[in-house]
Amino acid sequence: MGQYGIGQPIRRKEDARLLTGNGRYTDDVNLDGQAYVYFLRSPYAHAKINEIGLADALAASGVIAIYTSADLIADGVKPIPCEANAKSLKGVPLFKPPRHALAFERVRYAGEPVAMIIAETYNEARDASELIQIDYEELPAVADTSRLADADAPVVWDDLDSNVGLHWETQESAVSEAIFKTAYKTVELDLLNNRLVGNPMEPRCAVSHHDAQTGRTTLYAPSQGGRRVINAIAKDILNVPPQSLRMVSLDTGGGFGIRSKTYPELVLMVWAARKQPRALKWRADRGETFVSDAHGRDQSTKASAAFDKDGKILAVRNETIVNVGAYLSENGAILAMMGGGKIMGTAYDVPVLYFSVKSCFSNTVPTDTYRGAGRPEVNFIMERLIELGAEAFGISSIEMRKRNFIREFPYKTQMGCLIDSGDFPGTLDMTLEKGDYAGFEARKAESKARGKLRGIGIGYYVEGAGGRPFEEMRVRFEKDGKVKIFAGTFSHGQGHDTVYSQLLNEYLGVDASKVELIQGDSDTSPKGAVGTFGSRSSMMGGVAIKRASEAIVEKGKKIAGHLMQTEPTKVTFKDGVFHGGSSSVTLEEVARAAQDPSKLPEGLEGPLDESYYYERQGESQNFPNGCHLIEAEVDPDTGTVEIVKFTAIDDCGTVLNPLIVDGQVLGGIAQGIGQALVENTVFDNETGQLLTASFMDYGMPRASDFPMIGIYFNSVPSPTNDLGVKGAGEAGACGAPPALVHAALDALKGYGIRHIDMPLTPEKVWRAIQAAKSGKAA
Amino acid sequence: MAKISMKVNGKTVSGDVEPRTLLVQFIREHLGLTGTHVGCDTSQCGACNVHYNGEAIKSCTILAVQADGSEVVTIEGLAKPDGTLHPMQAAFREYHGLQCGYCTPGMVMVAVDIARRLPGADEETVREELYGNICRCTGYQGIVEAVMAGSEAMQTGVLPLKEHH
Repeated sequence: MGQYGIGQPIRRKEDARLLTGNGRYTDDVNLDGQAYVYFLRSPYAHAKINEIGLADALAASGVIAIYTSADLIADGVKPIPCEANAKSLKGVPLFKPPRHALAFERVRYAGEPVAMIIAETYNEARDASELIQIDYEELPAVADTSRLADADAPVVWDDLDSNVGLHWETQESAVSEAIFKTAYKTVELDLLNNRLVGNPMEPRCAVSHHDAQTGRTTLYAPSQGGRRVINAIAKDILNVPPQSLRMVSLDTGGGFGIRSKTYPELVLMVWAARKQPRALKWRADRGETFVSDAHGRDQSTKASAAFDKDGKILAVRNETIVNVGAYLSENGAILAMMGGGKIMGTAYDVPVLYFSVKSCFSNTVPTDTYRGAGRPEVNFIMERLIELGAEAFGISSIEMRKRNFIREFPYKTQMGCLIDSGDFPGTLDMTLEKGDYAGFEARKAESKARGKLRGIGIGYYVEGAGGRPFEEMRVRFEKDGKVKIFAGTFSHGQGHDTVYSQLLNEYLGVDASKVELIQGDSDTSPKGAVGTFGSRSSMMGGVAIKRASEAIVEKGKKIAGHLMQTEPTKVTFKDGVFHGGSSSVTLEEVARAAQDPSKLPEGLEGPLDESYYYERQGESQNFPNGCHLIEAEVDPDTGTVEIVKFTAIDDCGTVLNPLIVDGQVLGGIAQGIGQALVENTVFDNETGQLLTASFMDYGMPRASDFPMIGIYFNSVPSPTNDLGVKGAGEAGACGAPPALVHAALDALKGYGIRHIDMPLTPEKVWRAIQAAKSGKAA
Repeated sequence: MAKISMKVNGKTVSGDVEPRTLLVQFIREHLGLTGTHVGCDTSQCGACNVHYNGEAIKSCTILAVQADGSEVVTIEGLAKPDGTLHPMQAAFREYHGLQCGYCTPGMVMVAVDIARRLPGADEETVREELYGNICRCTGYQGIVEAVMAGSEAMQTGVLPLKEHH
């Protein structure tokens, strides 16, 4: 391990630039002669569009063009495809309604784009939008997740009898029911997993222009790696050659899963740029970002667990309704089963599982992958069942966990994930020790003396990170001595420039200052590149870089052998230097020689420029896991829940850079605590209006919501990738919510409150206390 | 249109602006200083914080015409001309107080203000003082540590280094 190699808490290369105002985000791009775009959005959650009158708006000052879905359809623009596929047990496929980039005939959620206005200035475009006359015929709307599958719920898509776009389930319904009938004890729980808005701090933004000479259109927009997005726009939507489009993502102000989608506005910015001789710029404000980014979570679940007399789980049943919104975003309909269901059971041995998901439409913003994407949901369910089981048996939940932990690896979950490694009991014990579990009672007494109720709660999680088991990376030595990494993964806060440089330092001995990461450009990203999501960049991209480095060494040996007049097979490589007999030559020298054909052995071409397409066989994911321990104080008079102690032990496999992994864990925790404590996306159930569409209404976690969090690792390297890494980004979002809820419920134990749905706002907790006092405990 | 003039990062600048132009728009769009960011439209997020006559303000909360004759420092004006980071900027790097970097300029400007107003502020105070700045990436821990360490560095000239477990 070198000073700059794997495992070191290297300070980030990215920071000096970002700290001095030299970051470059999409809104910082201004092209000559650009016109401005404003999207007119539906004010109704569900309405028929009878007529759109554009005459007044078209005549308004500065207006260049206004487009509606009629223009898209006339031009052969196809709806945005949903690549997710799944079938019911009877073979009925997921219903995929057409999603036109602009609303066609009907609007199905408030905020759906209806018209695209292009004008000389942003204000003129916005002013003109107010002159567009649309005759809407309002229809009944449905938003409430738990009601979506009801027979009397308004139906979003006429093609269906109900809002159920897919009822997906495993086959074990009858088997599990029989087990429940004879089980020693069973527990059951209804819960809601609250809808969240990702809210990257950078609002939505895009700039596009078409070069008539080259016939190419460039889209600048924040993303998580734009290759997939721009390819979908080219091939599936606009039907133009992929090479005629280019997508560039500059610095991107956060992604969290939701920034990886083929959004209607991106399609429109590309399409309209090809219609207009001008460059176009669109910048959403926060309110527009709230309704134009995909949302996360939003599930209603009935779950139950059956136990034998020793408290060992015999079976779990889980029936979930997931609110996919009005249209299918990329993976919204399947993340509950493919993201969540596959690891259901999480850290515990569950021999029989019945898992059912009804993916239901509603008159709301579409939902999709958001930090954890299905895994936080099942971890929350599983942890709640464990706690309820412990209660039913009158044992501690620590004991309950230990009786049920998976202890042998690899372990195959009921839905087929192969959990490769872990040390669940060890991680739990380490958490209790680091978090001074033994000292809790004394702290509780101290809190009580101050009038506060103190509780302690555990959240043990296992999540499946990765997916899409292929990624390509290219490493190229330049004439000027720089080493460029061409990536299709996309760092939007994760510090890839730093970590990838560490890898090149480790494997090639290259000085980190010489490494340059080229990313965010569909023209330069390798063909086999996928992107950054699901905590996959190190486990896929990192491995591809390692193997490309090995290819560099192999080629380097041939050149070094030629230079040293040694048989290449006898050349060795260590710390940036090739050795052969008593001679040696540095990689730098070899790279320079590789630029000069006269110094190369016959049949070999320079420069040192190697790509590696890494494709993993077998299990496509790995399984970060860990234990989060929270102590919270509840004020019984106000219902306020305050986190007073937080200890997290994570097994993210090999830690490449502890500074950055700490940051990933902490960021995930903040979003998990946000979900558990303050964040809630509220729709009016009658009108479908989004009531929380600003930072004044939507609870974003603040610095004062957290104590200093103790972050530690109990690393068990993953045996399924060269680096031994596991994901780190989604850990906190999985572990923190159950830990917080359990801490609060433990504090409220005296009232006999069994469950409170997230977020645990003061109002909700206060009401639960009042209900309990009047004998109506939840 | 209104003619305005002010000192930004030590240089006198002037412009012709619509009266409704916000200070942040003037900074970004007229002066091209794009380090100051816009993250919301309700003055909640704090990404647009600048120093206005020596105090941190959200530059979306005042009009450019109101700032006529004022002295403004943006994130671009914090480091030394030779690129040496301000102690607070160095502290943010040392303590991993940023990830995507979008909220960062506003955070740093507020952090410097906190350090000036409340030297030696404890953790709780720093967390309260950051209420008007939202970060979605870091969970704030690195930011809070950076504000405390940066504050110390501004006083003593020495940045305490982050310890790793």
